[in-house]
Amino acid sequence: MGAVNIDRIIRRYEPKREYILDMLHDIQDASPTKSLSPEAMEKVAEYLGIPVSEVYGTATFYSMFSPRPRGKHIIRVCVSPPCHAAGKEEILATLKEELGIEVGETTDDGLFTLETSSCLGVCGVAPVIMIDDTVYGNLTPERVKEIIASYRK
Amino acid sequence: MKMVRSHVLIGMDPGTLLAGAKEVQKKFIEEIEKRQLSDEVKVLETGSLGITGKGVVVLIYPEGVYYVNVRPEDVPEIVEEHLLKGRFVKRLMLEPKKIEDIVKEGKVPKRLRKQTRVVLENAGVIDPESIEEYIAAGGYEALAKALEHSPEWVLEEVDKSGLKGRGGAIFPTGRKWRFTANVRAEKKFVICNADEGEPGTFKDRLILEGDPHKIIEGMLLTAYAVGATKGYVYIRGEYELSIRRMQKAIDDAYKYGLLGDNILETGFKFDIEIKKGAGAYVCGEETALIESIEGKRGMPRPKPPYYPGVKGLWGYPTVVNNVETLANIPSIILKGAEWFRSMGTPESPGTKVYTILGCVNEPGLIEVEMGTTLKDIIYEFGGGVKEGKEFKAALIGGAAGAFIGKDMIDVQMAPEKLAEYGGVLDSGAILLLDESVSIKDMLKNIAYFFKHESCGKCAPCRAGCIRVYEYMEKACNGGLTEEEVNKVLGITKEMKRTALCGLGQSLIMPISSAIRFFKEELLT
Repeated sequence: MGAVNIDRIIRRYEPKREYILDMLHDIQDASPTKSLSPEAMEKVAEYLGIPVSEVYGTATFYSMFSPRPRGKHIIRVCVSPPCHAAGKEEILATLKEELGIEVGETTDDGLFTLETSSCLGVCGVAPVIMIDDTVYGNLTPERVKEIIASYRK
Repeated sequence: MKMVRSHVLIGMDPGTLLAGAKEVQKKFIEEIEKRQLSDEVKVLETGSLGITGKGVVVLIYPEGVYYVNVRPEDVPEIVEEHLLKGRFVKRLMLEPKKIEDIVKEGKVPKRLRKQTRVVLENAGVIDPESIEEYIAAGGYEALAKALEHSPEWVLEEVDKSGLKGRGGAIFPTGRKWRFTANVRAEKKFVICNADEGEPGTFKDRLILEGDPHKIIEGMLLTAYAVGATKGYVYIRGEYELSIRRMQKAIDDAYKYGLLGDNILETGFKFDIEIKKGAGAYVCGEETALIESIEGKRGMPRPKPPYYPGVKGLWGYPTVVNNVETLANIPSIILKGAEWFRSMGTPESPGTKVYTILGCVNEPGLIEVEMGTTLKDIIYEFGGGVKEGKEFKAALIGGAAGAFIGKDMIDVQMAPEKLAEYGGVLDSGAILLLDESVSIKDMLKNIAYFFKHESCGKCAPCRAGCIRVYEYMEKACNGGLTEEEVNKVLGITKEMKRTALCGLGQSLIMPISSAIRFFKEELLT
């Protein structure tokens, strides 16, 4: 993402600290690597008149922000108790095997990043994963393979 | 204009959306147009209809018939049979065996008929994106009534109702408001805590998505009572649909003069803004949430001196209330404290929204009076334990909740009754576990959750969560000695005494209750 775009995004907000999460959300959503680059964080710091370390510290406190580049699709596996009791371990193992990566890694083709998440609030259909903004529930290993295949097409 | 004779309500929540609710909705509109019924039949998108794990759920009024697991290819049959010929499509009905009962006894199935809906009275009944429908259902009448009285009258009514916070800490709402009302300050704030993250809990999401105006009205009444002029709704970042619906509701409320500088032309002034979270369980703690709104790391503040009621957002007096708490306020003001006290137990009046999960036949969301027994919740509302499985324990209140053994199934679900068993109501999540679930494995998972979500600000929680997790790993890999079990209990006791906020203080709940009922499973 170019510097101009970042400027345009942050200038939608008043230069107040209370808007930092909104800015970071918007920058990350617009980023092709679904992440916050050092350059983006510097721009936010400059705009708000605070040290870059403050921006970095705030961003990395929250699990939805990533300072590391991520894949095109982010797979988040819910690992909270209701999904755990419903068999999330098997789902996670299937995903690791199918994608050939561990949690926190990105596939070589840059298509998927695998992450875990705390409760996503859709426990009625546990076990659950979320790919980008879409929730998939009542999962079985077979269903997981089908879903991954549908994204590879 | 012809009169609308039927309403087709399609429940939209992540569960039904992934089952294809949008496609079903599209098909309904197509089929209805094809048969030229568009003037007579209205298709509405609503929040969750309170039934989960059963695919796309459709509710048709005036008959009040629920269809579940509806697929687009079923739609022509429903339109043809039900809407055109007035015959129910039995194979898709929620309780096909009880059709006669449904017709005879009322409009809704037993499971829903027996509920007492206050907070959820409109959820799944009105279109949450229509302010007109909320107003037609009696919405904003409580605000109009309140504005004819003094702020003190509103405060007094809530105080008398005995309403307690529904977010977990069960602090009396009236008392909380009084702290803020009694302070003189240049500015005051009202915050709606919609950072729902307790594992197994999704009640606030369904209120946000099903009836967002009720929350706005609740915030307006709170603001009027305590003298606040600005409000924030802090919604967790993962709840995209909730954020969208809430924003629409706020925009509409401004258009109708229900928010802004001169509300209902009385000179009362109140603004609301949404703040989107970014994934941190600890931000559900009120002081951490305030830090997050200020744009900082969401770490809790020490209390004292930072009691939000007097020293909250940017140092100003701030009321922080949970979504469900706020959703109770309009009804209390409209119908009175006495009416509210006629429900529930003397110590805990009113209703409670629960999420029932795990090995039950009908997982989902219900609202019943406080004091309803766990047994009734499982059998009357959850449809009983899944066939062929033996109920072993219930984890009540999420990860920060407590286990309850099967011999305690008659316990009344109210904070003061659960306390007798060392339990808590907390967020109202009820996770039923069958015989196949290992308690130590669940504890390890819970300890991992705490370890992951601990913000690291205070040492007891930062180090304690890691230690407890290590012990639970050991319990799973061979077991613990009697001495080690006592050690774990000791750590969590110390955390309860010294941790900065509710996160570290509550790890003792699952640990001590598990040790109480299932100690054998943890030992070598």
